[in-house]
Amino acid sequence: MRRLAVALLFFAGLILLWDLAVRSGRWSAVLLPSPAYVAEYIWAALLDGTLLESTWVTLKRLLVGYAAGVLIGLPLGLLTSTSQLLEDTVGALALGLQTLPSVCWVPLALVWFGQTEGAMLFVVIMGTVWSVIIATDHGARNIPPIYARAARTMGSEGFHQWTRVILPASLPFLVSGMKQGWAFAWRSLMAAEIYVTILTGFGLGHLLHYGRELNAMDQVIGIMIVIVVIGLLADRLLFAPWERFLHVRWGTNVKSS
Amino acid sequence: MSTGPEVAAGAPAKLVIENVTKWFSSTRAVVQALDNVSLSVAEGEFVCLVGPSGCGKSTLLDIIAGLTKPDSGRVLADGTVVQGPGRQRLVMFQESALFPWLDAFGNVMFGLKLRPDLTNRERKKIAEYYLDLVGLGKFKHAHVHELSGGMKQRVALARALAPDPQVLLMDEPFGALDAMTRDQLYDDIQRIWMESRKTIIFVTHNVREAACLGDRVVLMSPSPGRIAEIFEIPLPRPRDINSPELAGYASQIAAALKGISNGPDMEVASE
Repeated sequence: MRRLAVALLFFAGLILLWDLAVRSGRWSAVLLPSPAYVAEYIWAALLDGTLLESTWVTLKRLLVGYAAGVLIGLPLGLLTSTSQLLEDTVGALALGLQTLPSVCWVPLALVWFGQTEGAMLFVVIMGTVWSVIIATDHGARNIPPIYARAARTMGSEGFHQWTRVILPASLPFLVSGMKQGWAFAWRSLMAAEIYVTILTGFGLGHLLHYGRELNAMDQVIGIMIVIVVIGLLADRLLFAPWERFLHVRWGTNVKSS
Repeated sequence: MSTGPEVAAGAPAKLVIENVTKWFSSTRAVVQALDNVSLSVAEGEFVCLVGPSGCGKSTLLDIIAGLTKPDSGRVLADGTVVQGPGRQRLVMFQESALFPWLDAFGNVMFGLKLRPDLTNRERKKIAEYYLDLVGLGKFKHAHVHELSGGMKQRVALARALAPDPQVLLMDEPFGALDAMTRDQLYDDIQRIWMESRKTIIFVTHNVREAACLGDRVVLMSPSPGRIAEIFEIPLPRPRDINSPELAGYASQIAAALKGISNGPDMEVASE
């Protein structure tokens, strides 16, 4: 409760500073709209449904692309961890492509898929899959060998060993890799949405883009705030439960839990 | 005292180790870990392997477990050649090797879930029975990191016993524990052994521990690993690690050990 109060107070203070800056009159009200205006925009966009619709469009792309990225990346990461050959080939490829900023996939996606949902999905998957491969590979390689030995003597092998020993044992690495994959997917999708107009659905990135075109800074800042809030919520809902599980079971970071 | 294959009178050989040789090669050197080692272990026998580090005792245990393949020679369990690990021969390691993503109960259940012949209710009953047996019935849902070193090894013991293996292989299971916890575990392991009559191979570098637990103590010599001498310990059980008779045997083994090496890690006296 106390932590929540402190956080609320902090953000209230930030908004107050922002408001004071606007009131000082040093900057044009067009370039720096007051917090009240931005709140008004968010409220209006909520009421007329544009915000919810765009959020839904964006989240759908993100979740589908992310899920596909994880489904592709997880087995590939496990595979590369088993053989030196795959590590030197697929692993090296993943490492290389992971360093490529995911927005760099957008031109290619446009040429290959046109202005379609497919292009969006492609960009999100490319943003996700490489970091998931690397994290899974890293996790599986860093398991204390004694776990696998103990499991083998108890008769665990093959698929059972993968799902009951290697995956859970690499969970600490997996969760941080998934989190990184999520962050990359989120960034790449925003870049793609700002960059490309797709008629099958306007996402948050499009709203941001049109806000700039219309010089509507209240819209630009409002959407930015929405994007931040969604990012925070995703972290709380998707990853916090896993991290709590890790802390409790592995006994790490006990104080803060 | 003798070397080579030998079977205790009256019982059939549970494990037969025949001319096992193992080499290890690293980038720097090729080392012979085991040289033509042969040993027979009777059903229900408690055999301790002692020796200085580098004598290949842990390697021999791995080979019996099926985790490592010998370069030549073979291991027979119940007359069948060991090809790989199997739940008839479970291993307990020096580090508990408990899985941190499972609680104590989940760890004991792990091996049981791999036995398709049991129903879930039977598995739970067995897991609870063995947790009680090692005195941790109340810590069923404890997380691994919440357990002390001794408690972890008790859970590991319950986990190894629960699938009802015929042979229990223990690789310095008490090496990392304090002396008081160890003394308690000596009593427990003897009690459990007398009740369950498992065949146990126990690797240690503590001579007194070996004399306390083993029907026979197999002394190994290093580089390359060979069986140097085998001692029979005919003392009645349960044995007290601090008894003078036991100390007599221990010093006899310690003297033989000194003859083969002056390894710095040998605990000749009990702490």
